Amino acid sequence: MRREEKQRNHGMTEMKTRQVEQMTPEFEADVEELISHYPVSKRSASLPLLHHWQNHFGFVDDTGIEWIAAKLDLTPINILELLTFYPWFRREAAGKTIIRVCRTLACAMAGSYDVKEKFCEAVGLDPHVEHHGFGSAPPTTPDGKFSVEFVECLACCGSAPVALIGDDLVENIKPSDVPAIVKNLK
Amino acid sequence: MSGTAVTMVNVQVDGEWKQFPKGMRLIEACMQSGKFIPHYCYHPKLSSPGNCRMCLVELGMPKMTPDRKSVLGEDGRPELSWSPRPVISCATEVSEGMGVRTSSPLVEECRNGVMEFLLINHPLDCPICDKAGECRLQEFSVEFGKGESRLLEEKVKKPKRVDIGERIVLDDERCIMCSRCIRFMQEIAKDDVLGFLNRGSHTTLAVYPGKRLDSNYSLNTVDICPVGALTSKDFRFKMRVWFLKETKSIDVTCGTGSNIVISSRENIVRRITPRENDAVNSCWMPDSHRLNFHYLHSDDRLKEPAVRGLESPVAWKTALATAAEKLRGSRPEETAVIASARMTLEELFLVRRLAAALGVRNVDILPRPQKGDGFLVSDDGNPNTSGAKLLGLATGRLPEIAQAIEAGRVTKLVVLGEDAADCGISETALKSLDLLVAMGFLANKTTPHATVVLPSSAWAEKRGSMINVKGRLQRLNQAIQPPGQARDDWEILRDLIALLAGTNGLHSIEEVFRQVAAETPALQGLTLSRIGDLGIQL
Ligand code: SF4
Ligand code: SF4
Ligand code: FES
Ligand code: FES
Repeated sequence: MRREEKQRNHGMTEMKTRQVEQMTPEFEADVEELISHYPVSKRSASLPLLHHWQNHFGFVDDTGIEWIAAKLDLTPINILELLTFYPWFRREAAGKTIIRVCRTLACAMAGSYDVKEKFCEAVGLDPHVEHHGFGSAPPTTPDGKFSVEFVECLACCGSAPVALIGDDLVENIKPSDVPAIVKNLK
Repeated sequence: MSGTAVTMVNVQVDGEWKQFPKGMRLIEACMQSGKFIPHYCYHPKLSSPGNCRMCLVELGMPKMTPDRKSVLGEDGRPELSWSPRPVISCATEVSEGMGVRTSSPLVEECRNGVMEFLLINHPLDCPICDKAGECRLQEFSVEFGKGESRLLEEKVKKPKRVDIGERIVLDDERCIMCSRCIRFMQEIAKDDVLGFLNRGSHTTLAVYPGKRLDSNYSLNTVDICPVGALTSKDFRFKMRVWFLKETKSIDVTCGTGSNIVISSRENIVRRITPRENDAVNSCWMPDSHRLNFHYLHSDDRLKEPAVRGLESPVAWKTALATAAEKLRGSRPEETAVIASARMTLEELFLVRRLAAALGVRNVDILPRPQKGDGFLVSDDGNPNTSGAKLLGLATGRLPEIAQAIEAGRVTKLVVLGEDAADCGISETALKSLDLLVAMGFLANKTTPHATVVLPSSAWAEKRGSMINVKGRLQRLNQAIQPPGQARDDWEILRDLIALLAGTNGLHSIEEVFRQVAAETPALQGLTLSRIGDLGIQL
């Protein structure tokens, strides 16, 4: 990758996947159903389709961006704009389990920075590398098992600090609990 | 005005009540009233996303009674209740009884604040920035900026010198995210390749990976970019804009006749930009046309008159006398004149006189049909076919003439502003002519075989008029001097005609136009100056 391109992609690695070839008829039927919710402007289905794609394939590759754009009579840049705005979406694979530690006020005050550092150590990631979004995956272990990142308020401030591990909410995490939590995941 | 009647609404602008058509954007109403509203993202030909916030004004709406009638003041006008918050004037439409304050302490403060935000991460590139001197950010910094920075933090770094298209370089740090370029590509060029990625403090204008900003209209984004984020590779680092002399003229690359500004310095054309004319090209022009000027300064320019067998330099007098002498007394059927629909109306008029002086019926222009793009590239590659038709010079006889030359029936040929090789005449045939007079500004396949070469002026070097494909009469203006001994085409033709048929009392291009008008019903009553900068629909 050329230097400036790398700069633009925020260090994302270039991978050539063709997710579109793995598409199933069921997947496509779901897409049609999602689009039918927006009879006035198909464009409004952009976000639902991005979620649908990422849930199904784990991330959205260029073939996905282009397929969604074509489906909604848009151009790929319209979808890429959206994708790079939300840190939730990514253009490359993340770890099998994503650990999302809340860093908003209540959790921060209750020690979530320590908690996140412990998670990183437990899975073997450099705690100082941050997830910048822009389509990149959160920092991920080389074996592809774990990703760890900070997120904003998970709406569970009462039981701070909290983390979302995969789809499960874990509350009142003490830094000392972390190794055991991670061990359970492995 | 015709068609549907426009509803007018009353709007108070800085205390004065005025009328504007319903639906007009408030910023336009203010500017029409002579108030300057600083703006970046608003562009008269594009939609209003309202994202730069530079055009904030104070807005008043008519006070309403409980039964929704407006309260009238002593002057019979609605009383206004002013909103405490400013509004953007570019995305607000005028409505009945609306009031606007375009300058007030609040408005000043808003502009000041917007400027400060825009400058937070802006690089200090002005000394090497191509836009410097015509940059809105620079201009408004002077007018509305603070003059000092309160920023202590590091500036955000973004990609610089991004090669986003064949003809364009992007500097993302200079981009103020006005989205004019994105909207131009969506709404006008219909090639939606630009967008903002990584929105937030790293917002980056980009093209979709693997795509390029390569439309034939891409350079218009450079014109409308209010800052130096998009720059033209052709013009980059060539010239500080404040040294440029601007001349209003028209493009001659095709039959559209897009209105242009020629920017030159010291006799060199540096760039061409479109000039607004809603009857022709709006604010735009094709890249292929705007970059089509470098040949003006090519080594192939003809600079000295030449006569076969005479050593150069040959005086104009000698060259013209030689041509006249050899043409005089020639039989009409053995003589032909090929002119060009790239010539001005005035020049073509003199071509007609020349043909008349020679009694020649073998006259035509070279047609240039081409595939247009349905927008500003016309199906006609000639800029003045309509003019040639109006003067009866587009005879369609060219194939016949070419045949006669090939067969040796025509032995004397005058080629004006064209290459005989493009007209289906072989070099062998050219070589065996008794007389070949070539007038033009570039050496071509004809000139080496010419008995007499008459170097003339290119479109940026002369005045005159042309009629575009839609029948609009428009003016060319002179930006630079022709090189060397080259002369204005109409003067060359006039002198040649004078030698053949006696003096004709033509001393200026204005006089030529007056004669054209006198002999052409469609142009009755017109003069060159009356055509004006925007042309006249015939
Ligand atoms: S864009 Fe304008 S303000 Fe910015 S560096 Fe260029 S000239 Fe200066
Ligand atoms: S590149 Fe220029 S026109 Fe495009 S968004 Fe940035 S500032 Fe506006
Ligand atoms: S602050 Fe962490 S859940 Fe609200
Ligand atoms: S000009 Fe109105 S918001 Fe930009």
